[in-house]
Amino acid sequence: MAAAVDAQSAPSGAPGFNTELKVFAGMALVLALLPPTGLVYPYFVMQALCFALFACAFNLLIGYVGLLSFGHAVFLGTGGYVCAHAARVWNMPPEIALFSGVAAATALGCLIGLLAIRRQGIYFAMITLALSQMMYFVYLQAPFTHGEDGIQGVPQGHFLGLIDLSKPMPLYYTVLAVFLLAFLLIYRTINSPFGEILKAIRENEPRAVSLGYKVDRYKLMAFALSAALAGLAGALKVIVAQNASLTDVHWTGSGEVVLMTLVGGLGTIFGPVAGAFVITAMQQYLAGLGQWVQVIQGVIFVACVLAFRRGLVGEIAARWKLSL
Amino acid sequence: MKISVSMLALTAALGLAGAARADDKNVKLGVLTDMAGLYADAGGKGSVVAAQMAVEDSGLAAKGWKIDIVSADHQNKPDVGVNISRQWADQDKVDGIFDVLTSSVALAVGGVAKDKNLVYMNSGAAASDLTNSACSPNLVHWTYDTYMLANGTGKAVTKAGGDSWFFVTADYAFGQALERDTTAVVVANGGKVLGDARHPLSSSDFSSYLLQAQASKAKVIGLANAGADTTNSIKQASEFGVTAGGQKLAALLLFASDVHALGLKVAQGLQFTVSFYWDANDGTRAFAKRFSDRMANKQMPTMVQAGVYASVNHYLKTLAAMGGNPHDGAKVVARMKEIPTEDTLFGKGSIEPNGRVVHPAYLYQVKTPAESKGDWDIAKLVATIPADEAFTPLAQSTCAMLKK
Repeated sequence: MAAAVDAQSAPSGAPGFNTELKVFAGMALVLALLPPTGLVYPYFVMQALCFALFACAFNLLIGYVGLLSFGHAVFLGTGGYVCAHAARVWNMPPEIALFSGVAAATALGCLIGLLAIRRQGIYFAMITLALSQMMYFVYLQAPFTHGEDGIQGVPQGHFLGLIDLSKPMPLYYTVLAVFLLAFLLIYRTINSPFGEILKAIRENEPRAVSLGYKVDRYKLMAFALSAALAGLAGALKVIVAQNASLTDVHWTGSGEVVLMTLVGGLGTIFGPVAGAFVITAMQQYLAGLGQWVQVIQGVIFVACVLAFRRGLVGEIAARWKLSL
Repeated sequence: MKISVSMLALTAALGLAGAARADDKNVKLGVLTDMAGLYADAGGKGSVVAAQMAVEDSGLAAKGWKIDIVSADHQNKPDVGVNISRQWADQDKVDGIFDVLTSSVALAVGGVAKDKNLVYMNSGAAASDLTNSACSPNLVHWTYDTYMLANGTGKAVTKAGGDSWFFVTADYAFGQALERDTTAVVVANGGKVLGDARHPLSSSDFSSYLLQAQASKAKVIGLANAGADTTNSIKQASEFGVTAGGQKLAALLLFASDVHALGLKVAQGLQFTVSFYWDANDGTRAFAKRFSDRMANKQMPTMVQAGVYASVNHYLKTLAAMGGNPHDGAKVVARMKEIPTEDTLFGKGSIEPNGRVVHPAYLYQVKTPAESKGDWDIAKLVATIPADEAFTPLAQSTCAMLKK
């Protein structure tokens, strides 16, 4: 947790705001100009963006409230399954399908959050893991998910009735826009009075209680918000990949998002994005190595924990004294 | 200035059009299979070797064709399979996808193949849905399907007195299709089905399912699973004394590699249906020898791998007949259906309008250790199922393309 504290020790006043804004503009620009260059495969970037959003949602909990959820994939998967079902079976347009995915993930987030926030530390992590595993088996058996086969051939449709998402470029820019908006929402949240209270809870919970804050209520709100954003990531991923499967709810997904956040930098705003891109790029470009990818991921995890605990972005921020 | 720009555009357009000329002789094949999971012995690296052999045997390289093979591991996950095949189509310009065992992945990849207009020759998946509800103008389904398995092993076992069944089923598209098709055959032959127990794909502990099967008192326990799931079920059934108690196991899908992995002592007497067995005739033996020499583990080809060889062979034959690669999946598949199939492994056959390749199937029985003369001498022929009985009759196919 020390790393997170260092990275955030800079006051979120004017100078920090400025660099963050510049970096955000730079990130948006690079992402917007990426596909026409033909250097990368647009579908890969879209998937990476979905995971980046997922990691940002996760980071909102661990980085700013200090809650380690070890079952976050369940929100990704729930968002995905409900979105896929809404689009495919109920023939909903994509924006409504996305919304139903987010709503379902939020509802589940409230439920799991209510139970989990009663405990702290390892017990919190174990409760989230247990409940997410329970949901995994529900999804394995529930008829609407089609178990092992998953929901296939999800129609992409027209976003707001205007943008044809079955074409790669409109799809890319829609995904990018949703990602950037969600990212701004997270940024706004952690820099709001609400965000300050979250950080206060992270730093010293008894003190926040003694100051008169209803800590549980804030934790639950943060948990639900994180679940909603993870659900949005999952729903968006379904619109991109046109399928929802058990992979998204599997516990390894919950582990991967921890890895992404750690590699990028816990408690930094841009860290999870960088981490998500590094990990998905590894899975994409090293796929030929088969099972070795997981070994390499493990080595990176160990190296990250031992050598640069602040993560990629966290180290950069610490060296140049930036707020990122 | 304006003219020169439009001239430039025109030349560029012509240049691009030239790249897709009718006599284009570049072909890229993608072998999508399970490289490390429970079906890796049935397909896996052997499928890639089989595809390479078919390309070499076609002799097209000497005639100026450039044929590349790429391969990937779909990990038996539909989402992974879809992502790989979409990337193959968009980025790597793959023309045809081969093997794709695991029915859930196969059905998912079918959607991509249709969207991207690829040639999709499936030889690894079993679900008969591929040429029924999920049929497409881009698909050819080689080797076998659940209808063939049901009509082979299922029918033989029912007719031999096994008139009450309990299924242990892999809970995904393949297992469900196999159970459905076998149930139809059992009922049609006067038998009845007492129940089923469904297990997740790639399980290691089958005890609870086998105990349910034992408690059902059914005469036959039908294993509607495949690969390592089947070998594990058979091993555990023998450990629990299920077979010793008088119940008979019917492994509805058993690959030669599974029998070899089980060993004859455990597997002896089991009947299984295949459309290719390596020791059937001189042609298959010669192929098997060449194949096994190239495999690190010296395994003999399974019917899935043989199907990859035969489907690549037929694909290249069609392209040669067309004089070039039009990079148009549906067009190539339409032409493929006009040409009768013929190769040393499956003999003569044809492709029906729904994409089903029709060839004879064979019912084999696993030899006893005393009968076996070598490591891979594992089975003897019991019956031949003629081509017109082995697969769903066209009139019964629910393929939407057939209703014009």
